[in-house]
This record gives sequence, C-alpha cells and structure tokens, in this order.
Amino acid sequence: MAIAAFGHSGGAKPHKSSSPSRGSGKVALLLLAPGLLYLAIFYVAPLFSLVLTSLQTIDYSTGVPVYQYGFEIGNYVNVISQYGEQVGRSFIYAFFATIAALLISYPLAYFIGVKARRFPLIQSLMLTLVIAPFFISFLLRTFAWKQIFSNESWIVTTLQSIGVLASDQYLVGTPFLVIFGLTYNFIPFMTLPLYTSLERLDIRYLEAGADLYANPRKVFRKVTLPLSMPGIVSGTLLTFIPIAGDYVNASGLFLGSTQTSMLGNVVESKFLKSYDYPTASALSVILMGVIMLLVTFYVRKSGTDDLL
Amino acid sequence: MATEFIARGADLELVGIRKEFPGFTAIENLDLKIPAGEFFALLGPSGCGKTTTLRLVAGLEQPTVGQILIGGKDVTDTKAYQRPVNTVFQSYALFPHMTVLENVAFGLRQRKIDEPLVKAQQSLDLVELGHLANRRPAQLSGGQQQRVALARALVNRPSLLLLDEPLGALDLKLRRQMQIELKAIQMEVGLTFLHVTHDQEEAMDMADTVAVMNKGHIEQMGAPEKLYDRPKTVFVSKFLGQSNLFVGKAETPNAATIAIDVAGNKISVPKERAEKHTGTIAIGVRPEKAFFHEEKPNLGADHNLIGPGEIIDIRFTGVSNQYLIEIPNVGNVTVFAQNIGKSPVIELGAQVWVSWKVEHSFGLADLPEVAAEHEPVA
Repeated sequence: MAIAAFGHSGGAKPHKSSSPSRGSGKVALLLLAPGLLYLAIFYVAPLFSLVLTSLQTIDYSTGVPVYQYGFEIGNYVNVISQYGEQVGRSFIYAFFATIAALLISYPLAYFIGVKARRFPLIQSLMLTLVIAPFFISFLLRTFAWKQIFSNESWIVTTLQSIGVLASDQYLVGTPFLVIFGLTYNFIPFMTLPLYTSLERLDIRYLEAGADLYANPRKVFRKVTLPLSMPGIVSGTLLTFIPIAGDYVNASGLFLGSTQTSMLGNVVESKFLKSYDYPTASALSVILMGVIMLLVTFYVRKSGTDDLL
Repeated sequence: MATEFIARGADLELVGIRKEFPGFTAIENLDLKIPAGEFFALLGPSGCGKTTTLRLVAGLEQPTVGQILIGGKDVTDTKAYQRPVNTVFQSYALFPHMTVLENVAFGLRQRKIDEPLVKAQQSLDLVELGHLANRRPAQLSGGQQQRVALARALVNRPSLLLLDEPLGALDLKLRRQMQIELKAIQMEVGLTFLHVTHDQEEAMDMADTVAVMNKGHIEQMGAPEKLYDRPKTVFVSKFLGQSNLFVGKAETPNAATIAIDVAGNKISVPKERAEKHTGTIAIGVRPEKAFFHEEKPNLGADHNLIGPGEIIDIRFTGVSNQYLIEIPNVGNVTVFAQNIGKSPVIELGAQVWVSWKVEHSFGLADLPEVAAEHEPVA
C-alpha cells in the first residue's frame, strides 16, 4: 500500500479489463519472471536470512564467537529491554524531522509548483537548487554542518553571548542538532513529491473555492491541502522511513553523541564492531516491522487511497 | 455576513472597465448595465474578452481601470469570496475529493447556513440528481457534472449567477435540453444570469438581452430579435447568423431610402434601417430573406433585384437548402430556401436572379475588410 501512495492522483480508477485468456496469462507470467526472480534473490532471500540470523545464538566458549542456528526468541526480548530507548528515540527523531521537513518543504514546493508556474526558468532553477546538495557527498555535507555548529563557531558563541545557550552548553551532540541534520538531509525527498503533487494542482479548484465564499485560509484547508495529500503522504513516507534507520546524523562522529544514538547506530556497532549479528538482525527486523505497521496505519488513516 | 445576501437577483453595472494583461489589453472600455432578474448573454468569439469580463465580475481578476457595482454597491475592491456572486465554470471545477453532496454544500458551509446538507440535497433534486448525491464527480457524465456545478452555484441563491460557457462540453441534444432547463430555472428563481458563450444560437435562444463582444468592446447590444434583424456592424452581421453584404456609393433617390449601385444593380435600404447615409456604405440581407428566380421577375420598387448569376453550390441541411450563387462583378450570394415542398427544383449551373424586400435590407456603420468581395461568412 505504500507504493500506491506514490501513484497518480485524480480521475476514476481504470476498470480491470475482462479476464485475460490463458495464453496471455502465461505471457504475463513470463514477462514478470525477471522481476520476480530479482525480488526473490535480492529481497526475499536476504530477508529470510536476516530473520534466521536474528534467531541465532552465539557461543563465546571458544573465545571466537560461533553462530548457531536456533530459535532464540529471547534475542528480541533482550534487544527491546536493552535498546528500547534507542528504538523509541529513532521514531521520535524521525517524527520531528519529518514534521520539520514538511513545514519547510510545503511552502517551498507550493511556490515552485504553483506560484512560479508561469515562469518555467525560475521553476527549473529552484528545482535544481533543491537537488543541488546531492552533488556533494552526504557525509561531507553533514560534516560541514558539524563545522558550522562546532563549539568554537561564531553561531555557538553568539548564542551563548545572547543567553540562548548557557556558557557550558553546545549544539553538537544535542537532539536538536541531530533532528536539524536529519531534516536538512532529507528535505529534497519531501520537496520533490510535494512539488509533483502541487504542480498538478488545478488553480480552477481554488478559484471555485473562492467563488463559493471560502477565504484563502479556508481554500487552503478544504481544497489545496486535501488535493495535495498524495504528495504529503509520499513525501512523509520517503523521509520518515530512511530517517528512522539513519545512523550518520546521530553518530558521535557527526552531529550526535552517545546521548542521541538511534537504532541505526546500534545496528551499525553490533554488525561492524562487536560482530553481534543476532542482536543487530533482531533490531533490523523490529525496525522493519514497526515501520510497516506505521505506514499501513498512516496510509489507511490519511485516506489517500481514496484520491488515487 | 449572511445577511448581506439577498434572495432576489441584483442588477450589475460595469463602469468604464479596462483590463490589461502583460502584453495585451483584454478589455478596452466597457460599460454595461444588466437589470435585476434578466438573462443576459455576452456573445463573442474566443479571445474577445467575454470570459475576462465574467472573471472581473466574479472577482477572480481585478480591473485595471473602472468600477463594478452589484445591486448598486461598489464591489470593485471586494474579494471574490465576499461577493454575492456564484459561477458555473466552463470546466465545472467540481472538487474531486468531495462527494457530489459535499460539493453542493460547500458554499453553504462557508457561510455557516443552517442544515447545509438538507439544502444541498434539495438543490440536487432540483437538477434531478438527488440519487447521485454520494458519488464522486469523476463518476458522473459530463452532463451530470454540469448540473452539479449548476446546483452548487444555485444553492447559494446568489444575486448574480455567472455562467462561463457551461454548456460547451455537452453534445448537441443534451445542450438543447440543458438550455431549456437553465432558462426554466432562471425564470423560477428570478436570479440575474450573466451567460458567456460563443454559441450564437444558444445566446439568442436563452437570453433576454445579448451583447456581441469583439476585440475587448461591445459591438452591439439588444434583444436577440433586434440584433438579428438589424445588425449595425459587419462583425455582428456575420457573427450572429449569416449575411450577404454589398458595398457601393450611397445615393438618395427619395427621402425614405438610400441606394447603392452594385455592378449595375440598384440595392436599396430604408433610411431608418441604415447606420450610415453618405459615402461608401455596406448594405446587407439575411440569406433566408432572399429568394431566387429562374427568370428575371418584374418587381416593384419595394424589392431589390440582383443578377443574373449562376448556382455554384447547393448544400442540403435538412430544414433548408443553402444555395451559393455567383454573380459576375458582384461576388457570391447565399440564399436559404426552406424545404417545405414548394421550393423550386433547381440544379447546379442554373441561371438565377436574387431578390428580397427593401425593408429586409440593413445598412451597416462600417465596411467589410475586403470591399471587393461579397462572400457571405458563416
């Protein structure tokens, strides 16, 4: 259902054509085969392997960890009791960063998609600017923010001198800066789907709203916002999901500290540093499960399937 | 705010309206007064400024210069959502994310009217779509959408209802049916209707008054019968129906008529039916008021006669035959003959004379662009 949210809006749903004959069914299956095979090899098999790994036990008795296949549900219990904080933090950060990205992106996308419609040059220039950060590595950009907000930077010293920050308070390592970094890094993923949705917005609906006694605020709430719902849903999904799994911004090497570590940071350290594959896998499965639940609930609740 | 809305139609007055867009002027200088309760049609080709006029009245555009008064109140600086005006848009602009019923209730909800859904349902029943209240607009046919758009506007009982070519997308049969229904509704609710269209038949059929618009100004305004009977300009004579036009130097053979000489044929027009009395003038006649004769008839001074010419085209249109007659040194003349079983059997290439009553001639204020040609324009 997540995929449906990215689809085209408006118009009636096309009716399914009458039942295809046996011959065309075989052809369809044949055409689908490469895709299905790809999914099986690169998606289903690794997923299966991940779930199996999450249920393994580790035998440290020889000094070298030995992984044994088992059905150790206890891994999940351990993970939740030990890393519940990081899991919760991931979703809270993702929630705030997604909201911030939406609040920044919506006016921006509205301007590019609606206000700048008659000026294609400005439109394409602004769109280029939105995706321009992608030309520079994600890590470099995040690191640059660390420099900008570093403890000796003029921003921090100014904030300290005007009393926003205490003299021993800094920005790097705070949840604020992690959410800031997450918001910054994922804004294009929010802006582009919003733009696609708003660019299609028919101005005549807004005029009809004004003609029917709705003031500009009401027109926005009753017409513009519902009609751009597909863009909002796909934009929020495209930002929320990767943010929940992000481990760069919250890492102590970048904008975070041990106090801000998210689920992704735990997975990273378990997989790459302590070689605790079962714990890392169990965390990944939990992340996936929670996201799937949230997305299903969200898409149902937002009622966008109605618009699609 | 709700008290400001009056149940009956209000009059509309446009004073010295000028509307400029970057690069062109859509409306030059427009003065217009529509009495309350009238069905008024603005007729013109695309790009003549008629839709801009409507958008100015709706408040969707601001005039560069001029004033708009609704019910005597200056609304020039009033926002669209504050004007007691509703529009049936050309594209209908029904909100796709709402049911038909919610679409109709939208205006009532904005004005916080009691029982919006009950009133919306009544309005839908009026246009005979009550049973489709819970559908989405996309699930309706074009004609049904048009009626929902009408119900959505009418339910608000606006002082002035604006119709922006709302029948343009419908097929001929449905259009005729909707024309009759629209007219009936207008008489029933007594609202002022401002209807914008490029369809001359529609305008003549429905409106009490028609204003023919061309290049940002009104060429002529009046009751449809009068406009058709006595067009004053070449544009009106050709846009509202068809005309045969003849150009010549004006003479005054007697006090009551003006005549021109067209390749040796004298064509007269009563003085009171001529806009211009001196110099080079154009005289016209409607094709259905002209007759042809296979032999030169002997007619009195109350008839104009021209010919002989050759029939070069015959078109059968059902109710009438349209004959195109080429007259040497004059040009082509069109004659419509009703198929009532009495019209002469005549074939291509036949030699004929064309006649019509002098009282059916009309004299125009201007001249056709290519004065040498007399080809009628559909």
